[in-house]
Amino acid sequence: MTKSETSPSPTATVPRSEAEIAARVKALESILIEKGLMTTEAVDRFAEIYENEVGPQLGAGVVAKAWTDPDFKARLIEDGTKACAEMGIGGLQGEDMVVVENTDTVHNVIVCTLCSCYPWPTLGLPPNWYKQPAYRSRMVREPRTVLRESFDLDVPDSVEIRVWDSSSEMRYWVLPQRPAGTDGMSEKELAALVTRDSMIGVGRPKSP
Amino acid sequence: MNGVHDLGGTDGLGPVVVEENEPVWHAEWEKAGFGMFPFPFAAGWFNVDMFRYGIEQMHPAHYLLSPYYEHWAHTAEHYGIKAGAFDLEDLEKRTRHYLENPNEPLPDTKNPDLVAFADAAVKHGVSARRESDAQPRFKVGDRVRVRTDSPKDHTRCARYIRGKTGTVEMAHGTFVYPDSVGNGRGDDPQHVYTVRFDGTDLWGESAAEPNTTVYFDVWEPYIQPAES
Repeated sequence: MTKSETSPSPTATVPRSEAEIAARVKALESILIEKGLMTTEAVDRFAEIYENEVGPQLGAGVVAKAWTDPDFKARLIEDGTKACAEMGIGGLQGEDMVVVENTDTVHNVIVCTLCSCYPWPTLGLPPNWYKQPAYRSRMVREPRTVLRESFDLDVPDSVEIRVWDSSSEMRYWVLPQRPAGTDGMSEKELAALVTRDSMIGVGRPKSP
Repeated sequence: MNGVHDLGGTDGLGPVVVEENEPVWHAEWEKAGFGMFPFPFAAGWFNVDMFRYGIEQMHPAHYLLSPYYEHWAHTAEHYGIKAGAFDLEDLEKRTRHYLENPNEPLPDTKNPDLVAFADAAVKHGVSARRESDAQPRFKVGDRVRVRTDSPKDHTRCARYIRGKTGTVEMAHGTFVYPDSVGNGRGDDPQHVYTVRFDGTDLWGESAAEPNTTVYFDVWEPYIQPAES
Protein backbone atom coordinates (compact mmCIF):
# COMPACT_ATOMS: atom_id res chain seq x y z
CA MET A 1 0.00 0.00 0.00
CA THR A 2 1.19 3.50 -0.68
CA LYS A 3 1.28 6.04 2.09
CA SER A 4 -1.77 7.85 0.77
CA GLU A 5 -3.80 4.65 1.14
CA THR A 6 -2.82 4.10 4.75
CA SER A 7 -3.00 7.67 6.07
CA PRO A 8 -5.99 9.70 4.96
CA SER A 9 -5.45 13.28 3.86
CA PRO A 10 -5.78 15.76 6.74
CA THR A 11 -8.95 17.11 5.18
CA ALA A 12 -10.56 13.75 4.36
CA THR A 13 -12.90 13.92 7.34
CA VAL A 14 -13.61 17.65 7.46
CA PRO A 15 -15.65 19.74 7.41
CA ARG A 16 -17.76 17.70 9.76
CA SER A 17 -21.53 17.62 9.88
CA GLU A 18 -23.27 19.27 12.81
CA ALA A 19 -24.07 15.78 14.19
CA GLU A 20 -20.42 14.70 13.90
CA ILE A 21 -19.21 17.83 15.69
CA ALA A 22 -21.78 17.37 18.45
CA ALA A 23 -20.74 13.74 18.93
CA ARG A 24 -17.02 14.56 18.96
CA VAL A 25 -17.46 17.38 21.49
CA LYS A 26 -19.61 15.10 23.62
CA ALA A 27 -16.94 12.38 23.42
CA LEU A 28 -14.30 14.84 24.59
CA GLU A 29 -16.62 16.10 27.32
CA SER A 30 -17.16 12.50 28.52
CA ILE A 31 -13.39 12.07 28.88
CA LEU A 32 -13.05 15.32 30.83
CA ILE A 33 -15.94 14.31 33.10
CA GLU A 34 -14.41 10.91 33.80
CA LYS A 35 -11.13 12.59 34.66
CA GLY A 36 -12.93 14.87 37.11
CA LEU A 37 -11.99 18.04 35.21
CA MET A 38 -15.49 18.99 34.15
CA THR A 39 -19.13 18.35 34.99
CA THR A 40 -22.21 19.06 32.88
CA GLU A 41 -23.40 21.21 35.74
CA ALA A 42 -20.25 23.38 35.65
CA VAL A 43 -20.45 23.69 31.85
CA ASP A 44 -24.07 24.77 32.10
CA ARG A 45 -23.21 27.32 34.77
CA PHE A 46 -20.38 28.80 32.71
CA ALA A 47 -22.64 29.03 29.66
CA GLU A 48 -25.56 30.43 31.62
CA ILE A 49 -23.50 33.32 32.96
CA TYR A 50 -23.02 34.63 29.42
CA GLU A 51 -26.59 33.89 28.48
CA ASN A 52 -28.25 35.69 31.36
CA GLU A 53 -25.81 37.72 33.44
CA VAL A 54 -22.85 39.07 31.50
CA GLY A 55 -23.80 40.80 28.26
CA PRO A 56 -23.96 44.14 26.46
CA GLN A 57 -26.44 45.53 28.98
CA LEU A 58 -23.45 45.93 31.30
CA GLY A 59 -21.46 47.96 28.78
CA ALA A 60 -24.58 49.99 28.03
CA GLY A 61 -24.78 50.94 31.71
CA VAL A 62 -21.18 52.12 31.65
CA VAL A 63 -21.79 54.21 28.52
CA ALA A 64 -24.92 55.80 29.97
CA LYS A 65 -23.05 56.73 33.11
CA ALA A 66 -20.23 58.24 31.04
CA TRP A 67 -22.80 60.30 29.10
CA THR A 68 -24.27 61.77 32.26
CA ASP A 69 -21.25 62.06 34.55
CA PRO A 70 -18.25 63.93 33.06
CA ASP A 71 -15.95 62.94 35.94
CA PHE A 72 -16.77 59.28 35.44
CA LYS A 73 -16.23 59.64 31.70
CA ALA A 74 -12.78 61.14 32.30
CA ARG A 75 -11.92 58.21 34.58
CA LEU A 76 -13.26 55.72 32.03
CA ILE A 77 -11.07 57.10 29.24
CA GLU A 78 -8.09 57.33 31.61
CA ASP A 79 -8.39 53.74 32.88
CA GLY A 80 -11.25 51.65 31.53
CA THR A 81 -10.60 48.69 33.81
CA LYS A 82 -10.62 50.77 36.97
CA ALA A 83 -13.69 52.81 36.04
CA CYS A 84 -15.69 49.69 35.14
CA ALA A 85 -14.62 48.12 38.45
CA GLU A 86 -16.34 51.04 40.23
CA MET A 87 -19.58 49.59 38.81
CA GLY A 88 -18.63 46.03 39.73
CA ILE A 89 -17.84 45.19 36.10
CA GLY A 90 -14.71 43.34 35.03
CA GLY A 91 -13.10 39.91 34.93
CA LEU A 92 -12.50 37.27 32.30
CA GLN A 93 -11.35 38.66 28.93
CA GLY A 94 -11.52 42.17 30.28
CA GLU A 95 -8.69 42.11 32.79
CA ASP A 96 -7.27 45.19 31.02
CA MET A 97 -9.81 47.31 29.18
CA VAL A 98 -9.30 50.46 27.13
CA VAL A 99 -12.36 52.49 26.16
CA VAL A 100 -11.96 54.59 23.01
CA GLU A 101 -14.23 57.55 22.45
CA ASN A 102 -16.05 58.46 19.25
CA THR A 103 -16.09 62.18 18.43
CA ASP A 104 -17.15 64.39 15.53
CA THR A 105 -13.80 63.63 13.87
CA VAL A 106 -12.99 60.07 14.97
CA HIS A 107 -14.97 56.84 14.61
CA ASN A 108 -13.56 53.76 16.38
CA VAL A 109 -14.23 50.11 15.62
CA ILE A 110 -12.81 46.90 17.11
CA VAL A 111 -11.68 43.65 15.52
CA CYS A 112 -9.37 40.73 16.27
CA THR A 113 -7.65 39.61 13.07
CA LEU A 114 -5.71 36.77 14.75
CA CYS A 115 -8.51 35.12 16.73
CA SER A 116 -11.63 36.61 18.28
CA CYS A 117 -10.61 38.76 21.27
CA TYR A 118 -13.54 40.76 22.59
CA PRO A 119 -14.36 42.51 25.91
CA TRP A 120 -16.57 39.88 27.55
CA PRO A 121 -17.28 41.75 30.84
CA THR A 122 -19.00 44.65 29.08
CA LEU A 123 -20.22 43.15 25.80
CA GLY A 124 -20.72 39.45 26.60
CA LEU A 125 -19.69 36.86 24.03
CA PRO A 126 -19.08 38.06 20.47
CA PRO A 127 -21.63 37.50 17.72
CA ASN A 128 -20.71 34.98 15.01
CA TRP A 129 -19.91 37.58 12.37
CA TYR A 130 -17.24 39.10 14.63
CA LYS A 131 -15.46 35.72 14.76
CA GLN A 132 -15.80 34.88 11.09
CA PRO A 133 -13.00 35.21 8.52
CA ALA A 134 -14.78 37.85 6.43
CA TYR A 135 -15.00 40.44 9.21
CA ARG A 136 -11.55 39.68 10.61
CA SER A 137 -9.83 39.88 7.24
CA ARG A 138 -11.59 42.93 5.84
CA MET A 139 -12.09 45.31 8.77
CA VAL A 140 -8.44 46.40 8.86
CA ARG A 141 -8.23 46.80 5.08
CA GLU A 142 -11.57 48.24 4.02
CA PRO A 143 -13.44 49.40 7.12
CA ARG A 144 -15.53 51.98 5.27
CA THR A 145 -16.79 49.40 2.80
CA VAL A 146 -17.56 46.80 5.49
CA LEU A 147 -19.38 49.33 7.67
CA ARG A 148 -21.44 50.57 4.74
CA GLU A 149 -22.20 47.22 3.09
CA SER A 150 -22.79 44.99 6.07
CA PHE A 151 -23.87 47.39 8.79
CA ASP A 152 -25.49 50.22 6.83
CA LEU A 153 -23.19 52.67 8.58
CA ASP A 154 -21.86 55.50 6.46
CA VAL A 155 -18.87 57.27 7.97
CA PRO A 156 -17.93 60.39 5.96
CA ASP A 157 -14.35 60.52 4.64
CA SER A 158 -13.78 63.61 6.79
CA VAL A 159 -14.10 61.38 9.88
CA GLU A 160 -11.05 59.25 10.65
CA ILE A 161 -11.80 55.57 11.13
CA ARG A 162 -9.60 53.99 13.78
CA VAL A 163 -9.59 50.21 13.69
CA TRP A 164 -8.41 48.60 16.92
CA ASP A 165 -6.94 45.17 16.22
CA SER A 166 -7.02 43.43 19.61
CA SER A 167 -3.72 41.60 19.26
CA SER A 168 -2.67 41.71 22.93
CA GLU A 169 -4.59 41.08 26.15
CA MET A 170 -5.79 44.69 26.18
CA ARG A 171 -9.50 44.70 25.41
CA TYR A 172 -10.75 47.72 23.47
CA TRP A 173 -14.32 48.87 23.15
CA VAL A 174 -16.07 51.98 21.97
CA LEU A 175 -17.74 54.84 23.82
CA PRO A 176 -20.27 55.98 21.21
CA GLN A 177 -21.48 59.57 20.90
CA ARG A 178 -24.58 60.48 22.84
CA PRO A 179 -27.49 60.82 20.42
CA ALA A 180 -29.16 64.19 19.88
CA GLY A 181 -32.48 64.81 21.56
CA THR A 182 -31.60 63.00 24.76
CA ASP A 183 -31.26 65.99 27.08
CA GLY A 184 -32.74 65.32 30.47
CA MET A 185 -32.99 61.57 29.97
CA SER A 186 -32.06 59.41 32.94
CA GLU A 187 -29.11 57.04 32.97
CA LYS A 188 -31.50 54.13 32.73
CA GLU A 189 -33.33 55.59 29.73
CA LEU A 190 -30.02 56.35 28.03
CA ALA A 191 -28.69 52.83 28.63
CA ALA A 192 -31.64 51.46 26.66
CA LEU A 193 -30.38 53.36 23.60
CA VAL A 194 -26.91 51.83 23.73
CA THR A 195 -26.56 48.84 21.42
CA ARG A 196 -23.91 46.16 21.38
CA ASP A 197 -23.00 47.18 17.84
CA SER A 198 -22.44 50.79 18.91
CA MET A 199 -19.85 49.59 21.43
CA ILE A 200 -18.11 47.44 18.77
CA GLY A 201 -18.19 50.44 16.46
CA VAL A 202 -20.32 48.94 13.68
CA GLY A 203 -23.42 50.88 14.63
CA ARG A 204 -24.71 53.97 16.38
CA PRO A 205 -26.87 54.13 19.51
CA LYS A 206 -30.61 54.18 18.93
CA SER A 207 -32.38 57.52 18.69
CA PRO A 208 -34.91 58.32 21.39
CA MET B 1 3.31 30.67 12.33
CA ASN B 2 2.26 31.98 8.94
CA GLY B 3 -1.12 30.32 9.26
CA VAL B 4 -4.54 30.94 7.81
CA HIS B 5 -5.71 32.28 11.20
CA ASP B 6 -3.64 35.41 10.48
CA LEU B 7 -6.44 36.91 8.44
CA GLY B 8 -5.81 40.67 8.47
CA GLY B 9 -5.91 41.97 4.90
CA THR B 10 -6.80 38.64 3.28
CA ASP B 11 -9.10 39.13 0.29
CA GLY B 12 -11.82 36.97 -1.18
CA LEU B 13 -13.58 35.76 1.97
CA GLY B 14 -16.92 37.19 0.97
CA PRO B 15 -19.41 39.46 2.69
CA VAL B 16 -19.79 39.83 6.44
CA VAL B 17 -23.01 37.99 7.15
CA VAL B 18 -24.95 39.38 10.09
CA GLU B 19 -27.60 37.20 11.71
CA GLU B 20 -30.58 39.12 13.08
CA ASN B 21 -31.41 38.49 16.74
CA GLU B 22 -28.59 36.01 17.05
CA PRO B 23 -28.83 33.75 20.12
CA VAL B 24 -25.80 33.27 22.40
CA TRP B 25 -25.81 29.54 21.57
CA HIS B 26 -26.75 28.04 18.21
CA ALA B 27 -26.65 24.44 19.45
CA GLU B 28 -26.30 22.60 22.76
CA TRP B 29 -22.83 21.29 21.89
CA GLU B 30 -21.56 24.87 21.69
CA LYS B 31 -21.89 25.18 25.47
CA ALA B 32 -19.53 22.24 25.99
CA GLY B 33 -17.28 23.67 23.27
CA PHE B 34 -17.19 26.95 25.21
CA GLY B 35 -16.31 24.96 28.36
CA MET B 36 -13.24 23.60 26.57
CA PHE B 37 -11.44 26.83 27.46
CA PRO B 38 -11.84 27.24 31.26
CA PHE B 39 -11.88 23.66 32.51
CA PRO B 40 -8.89 22.17 30.68
CA PHE B 41 -7.13 25.49 31.39
CA ALA B 42 -7.73 24.96 35.12
CA ALA B 43 -6.41 21.42 34.72
CA GLY B 44 -3.16 22.86 33.36
CA TRP B 45 -3.46 21.53 29.81
CA PHE B 46 -2.68 24.96 28.32
CA ASN B 47 -2.46 28.68 28.94
CA VAL B 48 -4.37 31.23 26.84
CA ASP B 49 -1.63 31.60 24.23
CA MET B 50 -1.15 27.86 23.90
CA PHE B 51 -4.92 27.57 23.54
CA ARG B 52 -4.71 29.91 20.54
CA TYR B 53 -1.71 28.07 19.11
CA GLY B 54 -3.61 24.78 19.18
CA ILE B 55 -6.32 26.39 17.05
CA GLU B 56 -3.75 27.88 14.69
CA GLN B 57 -2.46 24.37 13.97
CA MET B 58 -5.79 23.22 12.50
CA HIS B 59 -5.61 22.46 8.80
CA PRO B 60 -6.45 25.72 6.95
CA ALA B 61 -9.42 24.20 5.13
CA HIS B 62 -10.82 22.86 8.40
CA TYR B 63 -10.18 26.16 10.17
CA LEU B 64 -12.06 28.20 7.59
CA LEU B 65 -15.01 25.84 7.20
CA SER B 66 -15.74 24.87 10.81
CA PRO B 67 -18.04 26.58 13.31
CA TYR B 68 -16.25 28.67 15.90
CA TYR B 69 -16.55 26.50 19.00
CA GLU B 70 -15.28 23.48 17.09
CA HIS B 71 -11.96 25.35 17.13
CA TRP B 72 -12.09 25.38 20.92
CA ALA B 73 -12.82 21.67 21.11
CA HIS B 74 -10.00 21.05 18.65
CA THR B 75 -7.38 22.80 20.75
CA ALA B 76 -8.51 21.00 23.94
CA GLU B 77 -8.26 17.74 21.99
CA HIS B 78 -4.79 18.72 20.74
CA TYR B 79 -3.42 19.41 24.23
CA GLY B 80 -5.30 16.58 25.94
CA ILE B 81 -3.61 14.09 23.63
CA LYS B 82 -0.27 15.85 24.13
CA ALA B 83 -0.68 15.65 27.90
CA GLY B 84 -1.37 11.94 27.60
CA ALA B 85 -4.83 12.33 29.13
CA PHE B 86 -6.35 10.20 26.35
CA ASP B 87 -5.54 9.04 22.85
CA LEU B 88 -7.15 9.77 19.52
CA GLU B 89 -8.40 6.21 19.16
CA ASP B 90 -10.38 6.48 22.40
CA LEU B 91 -11.84 9.82 21.36
CA GLU B 92 -12.89 8.49 17.96
CA LYS B 93 -14.42 5.36 19.47
CA ARG B 94 -16.46 7.48 21.84
CA THR B 95 -17.38 9.83 18.99
CA ARG B 96 -18.80 6.91 16.97
CA HIS B 97 -20.72 5.80 20.04
CA TYR B 98 -22.34 9.20 20.59
CA LEU B 99 -23.01 9.56 16.87
CA GLU B 100 -25.06 6.36 17.11
CA ASN B 101 -26.52 7.27 20.50
CA PRO B 102 -26.85 11.05 20.42
CA ASN B 103 -29.32 11.17 23.29
CA GLU B 104 -27.32 9.08 25.72
CA PRO B 105 -26.75 11.26 28.77
CA LEU B 106 -23.27 12.07 30.01
CA PRO B 107 -22.22 10.91 33.48
CA ASP B 108 -24.02 13.09 35.99
CA THR B 109 -21.17 13.65 38.42
CA LYS B 110 -21.34 16.61 40.79
CA ASN B 111 -18.50 18.82 41.90
CA PRO B 112 -19.45 22.13 43.53
CA ASP B 113 -15.82 23.26 43.29
CA LEU B 114 -16.02 23.28 39.49
CA VAL B 115 -19.21 25.35 39.54
CA ALA B 116 -17.57 27.76 41.97
CA PHE B 117 -14.54 27.88 39.70
CA ALA B 118 -16.72 28.91 36.74
CA ASP B 119 -18.13 31.82 38.74
CA ALA B 120 -14.74 32.87 40.07
CA ALA B 121 -13.08 32.68 36.64
CA VAL B 122 -15.70 34.95 35.10
CA LYS B 123 -15.55 37.42 37.97
CA HIS B 124 -11.79 37.71 38.40
CA GLY B 125 -10.33 36.59 35.07
CA VAL B 126 -6.72 35.66 34.57
CA SER B 127 -4.48 38.65 34.16
CA ALA B 128 -1.61 38.42 31.68
CA ARG B 129 0.21 41.30 33.40
CA ARG B 130 3.56 40.42 34.96
CA GLU B 131 5.93 42.54 36.98
CA SER B 132 9.26 43.22 35.34
CA ASP B 133 12.24 45.43 36.10
CA ALA B 134 12.92 45.91 32.40
CA GLN B 135 12.85 49.57 31.39
CA PRO B 136 10.74 50.31 28.30
CA ARG B 137 12.86 50.93 25.21
CA PHE B 138 10.13 53.01 23.55
CA LYS B 139 7.83 55.84 24.57
CA VAL B 140 4.66 57.41 23.24
CA GLY B 141 5.39 59.35 20.06
CA ASP B 142 8.32 57.18 18.91
CA ARG B 143 8.38 56.13 15.28
CA VAL B 144 8.92 52.37 15.12
CA ARG B 145 9.23 49.71 12.46
CA VAL B 146 7.93 46.18 12.95
CA ARG B 147 10.53 43.47 12.49
CA THR B 148 10.06 41.10 9.59
CA ASP B 149 10.71 37.81 11.43
CA SER B 150 8.37 34.97 10.48
CA PRO B 151 8.48 32.51 13.39
CA LYS B 152 7.16 29.06 12.59
CA ASP B 153 5.41 28.74 15.94
CA HIS B 154 3.05 30.98 17.94
CA THR B 155 3.31 34.75 17.61
CA ARG B 156 0.90 37.69 17.74
CA CYS B 157 2.90 39.68 15.22
CA ALA B 158 0.46 39.58 12.31
CA ARG B 159 1.88 39.43 8.80
CA TYR B 160 0.14 42.59 7.62
CA ILE B 161 2.13 44.80 10.03
CA ARG B 162 5.56 43.19 9.55
CA GLY B 163 8.05 45.64 8.09
CA LYS B 164 5.57 48.51 8.46
CA THR B 165 6.29 51.79 10.20
CA GLY B 166 4.00 53.39 12.75
CA THR B 167 3.88 55.58 15.86
CA VAL B 168 3.69 54.45 19.48
CA GLU B 169 0.37 55.71 20.85
CA MET B 170 0.18 53.98 24.24
CA ALA B 171 2.50 52.11 26.58
CA HIS B 172 0.72 49.47 28.66
CA GLY B 173 3.41 47.96 30.90
CA THR B 174 4.67 44.39 30.93
CA PHE B 175 2.74 41.25 30.03
CA VAL B 176 3.49 37.60 29.31
CA TYR B 177 5.11 37.25 25.90
CA PRO B 178 3.04 35.07 23.54
CA ASP B 179 6.07 34.08 21.46
CA SER B 180 7.46 32.46 24.61
CA VAL B 181 4.49 31.44 26.76
CA GLY B 182 2.40 30.24 23.80
CA ASN B 183 5.21 27.92 22.81
CA GLY B 184 5.62 26.47 26.29
CA ARG B 185 8.76 28.45 27.09
CA GLY B 186 7.66 30.49 30.12
CA ASP B 187 6.21 33.98 30.71
CA ASP B 188 9.24 36.09 29.62
CA PRO B 189 7.37 39.39 30.37
CA GLN B 190 7.79 42.16 27.78
CA HIS B 191 6.52 45.71 27.40
CA VAL B 192 3.38 46.09 25.31
CA TYR B 193 2.66 49.17 23.18
CA THR B 194 -0.16 50.25 20.92
CA VAL B 195 1.22 51.33 17.56
CA ARG B 196 -0.77 53.44 15.13
CA PHE B 197 -0.41 52.67 11.42
CA ASP B 198 -1.80 54.79 8.61
CA GLY B 199 -3.90 52.83 6.16
CA THR B 200 -1.71 54.04 3.31
CA ASP B 201 1.40 52.64 5.02
CA LEU B 202 -0.28 49.25 5.32
CA TRP B 203 -2.00 48.93 1.96
CA GLY B 204 -0.44 51.57 -0.29
CA GLU B 205 -1.79 54.84 -1.64
CA SER B 206 -3.95 53.25 -4.29
CA ALA B 207 -5.57 50.50 -2.20
CA ALA B 208 -6.06 52.15 1.20
CA GLU B 209 -9.41 53.71 2.05
CA PRO B 210 -9.18 57.42 2.83
CA ASN B 211 -8.53 58.60 6.36
CA THR B 212 -8.25 55.21 8.04
CA THR B 213 -5.78 54.04 10.67
CA VAL B 214 -5.11 50.73 12.39
CA TYR B 215 -4.07 50.47 16.04
CA PHE B 216 -2.17 47.26 16.75
CA ASP B 217 -0.64 46.06 20.04
CA VAL B 218 2.95 44.87 19.85
CA TRP B 219 5.33 43.34 22.37
CA GLU B 220 8.67 45.13 22.52
CA PRO B 221 10.66 42.44 20.65
CA TYR B 222 8.39 42.96 17.62
CA ILE B 223 9.60 46.52 16.99
CA GLN B 224 12.76 48.56 16.41
CA PRO B 225 13.37 52.31 16.05
CA ALA B 226 12.16 53.38 12.61
CA GLU B 227 15.49 55.00 11.76
CA SER B 228 17.64 51.91 12.30
